[in-house]
Amino acid sequence: MSWETRFRLLRTSDSIESSRRDDILPTPPLSTVVLKSTSNPETNAGTENAVTVRHATVEFGGGRRSRDRVKAIDNVDIPIRAGERLALVGQSGCGKTTLLRVVAGLQSLTSGQCEHHNPGSTSFVFQQPALLPWRRVIRNVQLPLELQSGNHNAVSARDAATAALKEVELSDATRRFPYQLSGGMKMRVSIARALVTRPDLLLLDEPFAALDDLLRTQLGELVTRLWRAHRFTVVMVTHNISEAIALSDRICVMHDGRISSVLENPVTQSQRDASVERSEDVRRTPEFAEFYGVVSDQLREAAGT
Amino acid sequence: MISRERNQTDHRKPSTTHQRMPNHGWHDAAWSVVSVLVVAILGLLVWHLCVRIFDLPKILLPTPWQVAEAGWRRRDELLMASWVTFFTAAVSLMVAILIGGVLSVIFSQSRMLRRAFFPYVIFLQTVPIVAIAPLLIIWSGYEFRTAVIATVIICLFPIVNNITTGLESSRPEHHDLFRLYGASRWQMLVRLQIPTSIRYLLLGARISSGLAVIGAIVAEFFVSNGADYVGLGALMTRWQGLLQTDALIAALGMSTLLGLALFGLVNGIGLIFFSRYTRVD
Repeated sequence: MSWETRFRLLRTSDSIESSRRDDILPTPPLSTVVLKSTSNPETNAGTENAVTVRHATVEFGGGRRSRDRVKAIDNVDIPIRAGERLALVGQSGCGKTTLLRVVAGLQSLTSGQCEHHNPGSTSFVFQQPALLPWRRVIRNVQLPLELQSGNHNAVSARDAATAALKEVELSDATRRFPYQLSGGMKMRVSIARALVTRPDLLLLDEPFAALDDLLRTQLGELVTRLWRAHRFTVVMVTHNISEAIALSDRICVMHDGRISSVLENPVTQSQRDASVERSEDVRRTPEFAEFYGVVSDQLREAAGT
Repeated sequence: MISRERNQTDHRKPSTTHQRMPNHGWHDAAWSVVSVLVVAILGLLVWHLCVRIFDLPKILLPTPWQVAEAGWRRRDELLMASWVTFFTAAVSLMVAILIGGVLSVIFSQSRMLRRAFFPYVIFLQTVPIVAIAPLLIIWSGYEFRTAVIATVIICLFPIVNNITTGLESSRPEHHDLFRLYGASRWQMLVRLQIPTSIRYLLLGARISSGLAVIGAIVAEFFVSNGADYVGLGALMTRWQGLLQTDALIAALGMSTLLGLALFGLVNGIGLIFFSRYTRVD
């Protein structure tokens, strides 16, 4: 079977919900799941999208002189499916954070468009916990609701914040100030703050980069657990391949402001139906190692090394 | 799984600014107090010996003991005047913080107004108070309020400059967070910019606390001539005229203490009421 045929079969299987990929392609080699240059938004016409980014370009600096301007992202097309977990990977400066900020609405586009198909709320977890140091934990978590509602429902905001803190297992730290928390706890407060608005879209910008390996894994599992419970769409920026594989359904490899490839992640397929409890277990599977190789080859190929 | 980090932090001491001093810190503190005292005693001794060896007249330079004696003799007058000066300085500092706060908020909201008016705030800093005081007396009379106006002019710049800087110093990710949830300009100001600027305001107030005492005394040099109220500045002018050098030096010592007291008061208020705003996450 040629590369081309397999590729087409896969697209077909994606668009028909009832048919299983395995029926069409019994245990496909991992390389077949590589969807080359998915810059065509029609690729996922069959699934419902949460966000569609079309021909997005962001330029920085240079003023009127076009030759001095730098393109942070260049004609990027990516459909983000509702309920999926998409990881953006690539070298530093490849535009992944800019793309995330475009999706969040924090970065305006020089050209192109970013369309949100759901009216629901978007939350963002920054690289730093970004807690307000003068507010107690509970008041930090309440902040998004205060900003959205103009502080009309102080009691319900408090209840929602308490519930969100319970979800990240920080019920006993509500009255503390951020300086009294460890790095991992601060990050969990930050996640609770993102959850409090019951978002449809959760954006994570290298949220665990500053933490040690064990904490990274634990927080990754927390995010997976929360995603299973709420089924929001997750877009996550990371330069850690293992993290991208353990926590995503698709991996989007970026280089120099462009998307060089989008990979379906076969490793976490089982997570979708909660059969794999811990991402630690996922990391020990042979598929993980094999897919790790595929992703890192893609990264290297994109960088031209 | 997550309990690991929780246990870690439960035994952890609070970090950064509020860390309790370790034991050797006590020794350090004690040593610095002792060394300051030793320098003071040595200084007084040298001063005393100079007066004795060169046989200087009391009008030119009295001994430390004579100064202390003069201060004690005139303690009622000195304390009364110190209180007046302290009150002037403290009220002026508060007025400066109020005016400075309002100006800074206006500057933070409108770049155009800031461009137009900020140079004049710098002008306040450069104008010599000694030159403007006679003018203020013509306009406002030999009154307490005149001293306050003069002192406010001196205190204002560090406060406006610091609060303006503080209002623009909120971290980019905080800014993004507020934008993400559609915060209004008012919410951004009240919930983010003003709390961020309090730390800067306290720094400005600390600088201005020293300036306020200087401003109050300089203003009193002029204003007290015809006023009922007598501050340290007025006492100094009077004692200078009477060539009472010992009392003059005692008043000088008192004014230094006032500066320290106001500085301590500002610090104390900052620590007691605003400590949560001075922490860095």
